[in-house]
Amino acid sequence: MAETVALLEPQTEEDFRPAFLDRLRNGDEVAHLVTLIFAAAILVIAALLVTELFGSSAEARHKFGWHFFFTSKWDPVAGQFGALPFIYGTVVTSAVALLISVPLGVGAAIFLSELAPPRISDSLTFIIELLAAVPSVIYGVLAMFALVPLLRDPIQPFLNRTLGFLPIFQGPSYGVGFLAAGVILAIMVVPFVISISRESLLAVPNEQREAALAVGATRWESTWQVVVPYARLGIIGSVFLALARALGETMAVTMVIGNTPQIVKSLFATGYTIPAVIANEFTEATEDLHLSALVELGLVLFLLTIIINGFARLMVLATTRRGTTHP
Amino acid sequence: MTPHRWRNFVNGLMFGLTAACALATVCFLFWILGFLIWNGGRSLNLAFFTHLPKPPGETGGGMANAIIGSAQIVLIASLIGLPIGFLGGIYLAEFGSGAFPFFVRYTADLLNGVPSIVMGLFAYAIVVRPMHHFSAFAGSVALSVILIPTTIRTTEQFLRAVPQTLREGALALGANKWRAIATVVVPAAVRGVATGMILGIARIAGESAPLLFTSLGNDYWSTSLSQPTSALPLMIYKYAISPYADWHRQAWAAGLVLLALMLLLNVGARLVLSPGAPRN
Amino acid sequence: MMGTLQHSTAAGPPAPNPGATAPGRVEPKLKISRLNFFYGAFQALHHVELEIAANRITALIGPSGCGKSTFLRVLNRMHETVRGARVSGEVLLDNEDALAMDVSRLRRRVGMVFQKPNPFPKSIFDNVAYGLRVNGLKGSAHLKEAVEHSLRRAALWDEVKDKLHKSAYDLSGGQQQRLCIARGLAVDPEVLLLDEPSSALDPIATAKIEELVFHLKENCTIVIVTHNMQQAARIADDTGFFLLGKLIEFDKTETIFKNPAKKETEDYITGRFG
Repeated sequence: MAETVALLEPQTEEDFRPAFLDRLRNGDEVAHLVTLIFAAAILVIAALLVTELFGSSAEARHKFGWHFFFTSKWDPVAGQFGALPFIYGTVVTSAVALLISVPLGVGAAIFLSELAPPRISDSLTFIIELLAAVPSVIYGVLAMFALVPLLRDPIQPFLNRTLGFLPIFQGPSYGVGFLAAGVILAIMVVPFVISISRESLLAVPNEQREAALAVGATRWESTWQVVVPYARLGIIGSVFLALARALGETMAVTMVIGNTPQIVKSLFATGYTIPAVIANEFTEATEDLHLSALVELGLVLFLLTIIINGFARLMVLATTRRGTTHP
Repeated sequence: MTPHRWRNFVNGLMFGLTAACALATVCFLFWILGFLIWNGGRSLNLAFFTHLPKPPGETGGGMANAIIGSAQIVLIASLIGLPIGFLGGIYLAEFGSGAFPFFVRYTADLLNGVPSIVMGLFAYAIVVRPMHHFSAFAGSVALSVILIPTTIRTTEQFLRAVPQTLREGALALGANKWRAIATVVVPAAVRGVATGMILGIARIAGESAPLLFTSLGNDYWSTSLSQPTSALPLMIYKYAISPYADWHRQAWAAGLVLLALMLLLNVGARLVLSPGAPRN
Repeated sequence: MMGTLQHSTAAGPPAPNPGATAPGRVEPKLKISRLNFFYGAFQALHHVELEIAANRITALIGPSGCGKSTFLRVLNRMHETVRGARVSGEVLLDNEDALAMDVSRLRRRVGMVFQKPNPFPKSIFDNVAYGLRVNGLKGSAHLKEAVEHSLRRAALWDEVKDKLHKSAYDLSGGQQQRLCIARGLAVDPEVLLLDEPSSALDPIATAKIEELVFHLKENCTIVIVTHNMQQAARIADDTGFFLLGKLIEFDKTETIFKNPAKKETEDYITGRFG
């Protein structure tokens, strides 16, 4: 018995696996298969989504080709469809939203994850999560009845008086327009910037902070010189996620942008965005070409958000994976 | 100032600045709440919950049909979306291995970021166009497509948080895999999964963009799922952009009701359910 | 199902059974031959041959990573939950091929208690009843009786009889581990595998577990993996020493600790490595 060690035979590489039929009989194989089918449903939805968007926009894509993106005449009656004003409006409002929400959001995230006492941080985080749950149509109501009057007077006249030498702050002040849409978008996406940035900051290993503090850095120096750079990919990722949100946001923007397909430098002017024009015209479009052009706008929106999100997810993943020793 | 004092000054200054950022964000919520309670609270009355909308220009009336319509659309969407997401999540957490689950997971994350109005276009293409009319069902399909990716991911996340030792404990007693999942793993994660589901339902209940060209909305009682049906977010939009002061008043009231519902579901789900998130 | 069992809550200082016969003379409960085990390309067990006698306590000792826990998990095929695990050779349970029989049936006959207490997030009662329900026992009167019986065997009944429907998480660590043992006993297994059952517990809770295990062998064959040599010396009838995936030596506990045949065993016992 005790001599077994000496008897090393050549190993039989007999691979033991419970028979498929056994597992089928006891239900495991069935459960596996059933859940697999439901998981696969998501791929079916994605595939259907892509084919429908491509299929339904075929007419406009063939008729206008790349010109669709570079012409600015949108005239359903004449059958002329150029998407440039909507692309311009979407880009400008999203840019304004990011300019406001990124510093605000990253600053708040730094406070919540690094500087604030835990109890304050927890309750503020909770409230900010609630902010992310407010429906966009409510932001729209707020923008129309509370933000727009404020912008019309005193904010826009004030900007005009002080910074009026810049072309973006010129022109008459209606209240509605690019600035109103950008500001409400900023408020809407700031919770997303905060929550993803905060997650990335929290994933920074504690040794990093301690190492900086141990050589005499102040709390802020350790945060700014060590923690933030360590989490930078995740923070950049949060900015992209916010951008994707802003690009696709429909209701609140539709309610305050003014819905005029024009390209104007001033932020005080009215404009139009891609989601807004789909929301406004889709039910009223009677010509196939018009519908097709609107679906093509939807396709553009879909592809843009997929690319931006795909990119952002990878970045966030890279940061939160790297720091695994979070307390 | 000496370098030392300067550094301490910067430290304090940045503490203050970042705190201001956080406070400003928090203030937005109170601003929204305050505005809606002030304006909406004054406009809210019993008629709002019990009456049908009045024709444009007339004052009074309510949004009873939209409240019921919302409930209807969201219920059907949940019945479609939650089981698919839940079972798919079980697959990802318990059965999946290799490249396929990774692909499913990534697709779910990407779909999660697709603008809701695009999902409206999708439901229009696969439901409204073949059926030749707008319907509550089409709205439900649009919302369920939004619900599925979030449910799949939250279910997976909470099931994964269940310690491996519990699965082994069940298997060691002679339970087979699905039995262990059904009787030990899922019950251990049930609070987290339920929280995720409620938050998902809250999110779709507030959506309006995907309903614009699927359930469309109307001003009377809908008797079937194949009819155009109104929903609270749609009514808020329609009333807010109208030129009538009385409709604005009602939009505020509806906004207050919707927001209250949203906050109730969110706070309820997070406070009541998630303290029981998986323990080790 | 529970008919032949005795209640064994009596206290008494555990001591090795002096009348132990050498392993292998009577028909063994478990007979392991030519057992090799692989995690992917890594071979964790090399040609293990071992016979485990019925109604005795067999301890497996050795430095961490020596394969003793892996070996234990093969005995009720818990290794199948690990991706890329492969096994070859033969494991006979009462002359039946354990590697080929229905896995649920095997695990019902060969129970397992884990290193860290792992009660389910259910009530104390439902924890103990779990295995019975899974294996198809119905009827609340039967269940109640069986649960009480198992809790008594695990020497936990008196401590929990008034709070059977409280969460199992309200119990202390030692109580949780005895609950897990009760849960394992409820299905009346012929063999009970214990994987370092007291490594997460304090000395007093450990003593209780040891006492309990010592009494369980009247109805059950016990295989216990431990990193604690004193524990093996205190409770085991037979002891096997593993090193680097090989079973170096297997004999009566007394022999292993007092007069080992192999130099590796002696080095380990006397603390020269490991």
